[in-house]
Amino acid sequence: MKDHLDFEKPIVEFEEKIEKLKPFAKTDPLIHREIEVLEKKAQEVLAEIFAKLTPWQRTQLARHPNRPNTLDYIAFMIHDFVELHGDRLYGDDHAIVGGVGIFRNRPVVIIGHQKGRSVKERIDRNFGMPHPEGYRKALRLMRQAEKFMKPVITFIDTPGAYPGIGAEERGQAEAIARNLIEMSRLAVPIVSIVIGEGGSGGALALGVGDRILMLEHSIYSVISPEGCAAILWNDSAKAPDAADVLKMTAKDLRSLGVIDEIVPEPVGGAHKDPPQMAEILEKAIESQLAKLDGLKTDDLLEQRYQKFKKMGVFGEDLVP
Amino acid sequence: MAWFKKDKSAEGKRFKIPEGLWLKCDSCKEVVYRKEIEKNAKVCPKCNYHFPISIGERISLMLDEGSFKEWDAGLSPMDPLNFKDSVRYRDRIKTAQDKTRQREAMVIGEGTINHLPVVLGVFNFSYMGGSMGSVVGEKILRAAEKAAGRRWPLIIVSSSGGARMQEGILSLMQMAKTSAAVARLAEARVPFFSILADPTFGGVTASFAMLGDIIIAEPKALIGFAGARVIEQTIKQQLPEGFQRSEFLLDHGMIDLILERKKLKQTLAKLLTFFSA
Ligand SMILES: [Zn+2]
Repeated sequence: MKDHLDFEKPIVEFEEKIEKLKPFAKTDPLIHREIEVLEKKAQEVLAEIFAKLTPWQRTQLARHPNRPNTLDYIAFMIHDFVELHGDRLYGDDHAIVGGVGIFRNRPVVIIGHQKGRSVKERIDRNFGMPHPEGYRKALRLMRQAEKFMKPVITFIDTPGAYPGIGAEERGQAEAIARNLIEMSRLAVPIVSIVIGEGGSGGALALGVGDRILMLEHSIYSVISPEGCAAILWNDSAKAPDAADVLKMTAKDLRSLGVIDEIVPEPVGGAHKDPPQMAEILEKAIESQLAKLDGLKTDDLLEQRYQKFKKMGVFGEDLVP
Repeated sequence: MAWFKKDKSAEGKRFKIPEGLWLKCDSCKEVVYRKEIEKNAKVCPKCNYHFPISIGERISLMLDEGSFKEWDAGLSPMDPLNFKDSVRYRDRIKTAQDKTRQREAMVIGEGTINHLPVVLGVFNFSYMGGSMGSVVGEKILRAAEKAAGRRWPLIIVSSSGGARMQEGILSLMQMAKTSAAVARLAEARVPFFSILADPTFGGVTASFAMLGDIIIAEPKALIGFAGARVIEQTIKQQLPEGFQRSEFLLDHGMIDLILERKKLKQTLAKLLTFFSA
C-alpha cells in the first residue's frame, strides 16, 4: 500500500533526496550544507501545503494509513491498560476496542473505534465499521465506568456503522440509539475526541461527551463525502466537492458550535510525529478532565443536557 | 388546529391516490377499487399495505375529533451551511414548504385520545423525505420537555429517511439532542410511544424512534438503519425477501407490536389507561 498522499509527494521527494545524501554528509561538508538547505526547503513546502489544505485533503489526512489510531494513543498515554472484550450478548466486535487503565494517575475507561493498519488487521477490524455488538460492548464498559465512578475517554475514528444484513438483524439502529440516550445521562465525565474520521451515527454513538475535541485534520460529518456525492450528483467521484459543501473540518465544527476545542497537530499531520501528537492530545484531555473533576453529578448532567439542547440553527416566528 | 383545517384540502389532494376509480397497489400490485381504500384508512384491502397519509389524516385517525392544537408552528429552517448542490438548500426548503404548506417536516402539538391528554408529533415524509434537521430536532425536544412537565404521554409517528444532509453535522447532532430529550422524559417516568410508519431510517431510527417505551410499527413498513441500496452495494448480494419490513423487525425482537392503522387509536387508549392507572 502507498503510504503517502498525492499532495504529500513533494515532501516525500525531499525526504528521499535527504536520505540518499545522508551517508556522505559526515565526510563532505558541502553535502552537509546541502542537506540543511533541503531540510529548510522541505519545511517551507510542507508549511505552504498545509496552510491551504482543502476539506478533501483533510479528509485524506484523517484517513491516512499511518495516522495514529486508538490503540496507538492508548499505548502512548495509558498505563496498565487492560483490554476488555465482548458485549455479553452476542460477540466481540474488533472494530471497537475498550478497556481500563491509568491516564496520568487517574483511573479511566477508554473506548475507541479501531480501523487497523495492515490489510489483514483492517479486515479483522472491519475497517473500523462496528456492528451492534461493538456499540453494546462500548455501552457495557461505559456502565462499568459509571458503576465504579471513573471518567470515560472515547476516541472516534470510523467511516460509519456497518451497513449489513447481520447488523440490521441485530438492531444497528437500536444499538446506536441506546448509546446516545445512555451517554446523555451517564453519571461520570466523558471526553470524546475525533482522532481521524467521524463518520455519521456510527461515530456519534461514542460521541455524546461533556467535551468534544477534534484533532486539527480530523473530519466529522453526517454522511461521508462519497455517500453525499452519490446522493447529490449520482457520482461518488465528486466526493471532493461534497467535502466542501458538508462543512466537516474541525474549524467548521468549531464555528457551528458543535465542538469545544481543536487540538493542533504536528506540522505535516499527526502521522508525521505520533509521539508528539500523543503528547499534545494527552495535555488537552488532561485539562478538559481537570475542568470536569470538580463538578457535582447533577451539574455535570445538566451541563451535558444543555450542551446538546443548544445544538441546531433555526428561526422562530410567532404564528397567530 | 386551524392549520389542519386550512391545509386539509391541499394536503389531502397531495396524498390522494391518483384519480380514477381503480388503482394498482404499490405493494401487491393488485388493482383495487379506490373508494374501498379511502374508506379503509388508505389500507389495501388485498394485502394490508398502508399507503402514506397526510398529517391531518393521521391526526384524525389517532386523536379525538377536534382535540388537536399545534405547538411551535413558527419554527422554521435556516441554512447554516449555505448548502448548495444543483439546487440551493434554501430553494429546496421553499419548494417543500409550497408543496406541503408546512414550514417543516414535523408537526407537534397536544390532543386527546379517549379524553386522555397526549403530546403528539407527526413526521411528514413528503417534506424533504421527512428528514431531521435543526427544526425537527428542536420540535421533538420541546414536545418531550412539555410532555415531561405536564406528565402527558408522548407519541411520535415517524416517517423519515433520516438526518437532513443539507444541515450537515447539525442534523447529526439532532440525534443526540432528541435522545437526551427522551432520557429526560424517561426520568420523569412519562411514557413514550414511538410509532414507525413506512419508511423510517438512518438518524431517526438510530435515535429517539428506537427509544420508545413501546414501539409500534405499521404493517409492511420499511424500517432500518442503512438503506437497502447502501447495504446491497456494500455486501454485493441481494437482500432477502421481507428484509427490513415491520414483520422482520418483530421477528428479530426489535419492536413491540405491529398494528394496523385502524386499530392504533384503540390500542393506544388501552396503553394510556395502563400507564395512567
Ligand atoms: Zn395491496
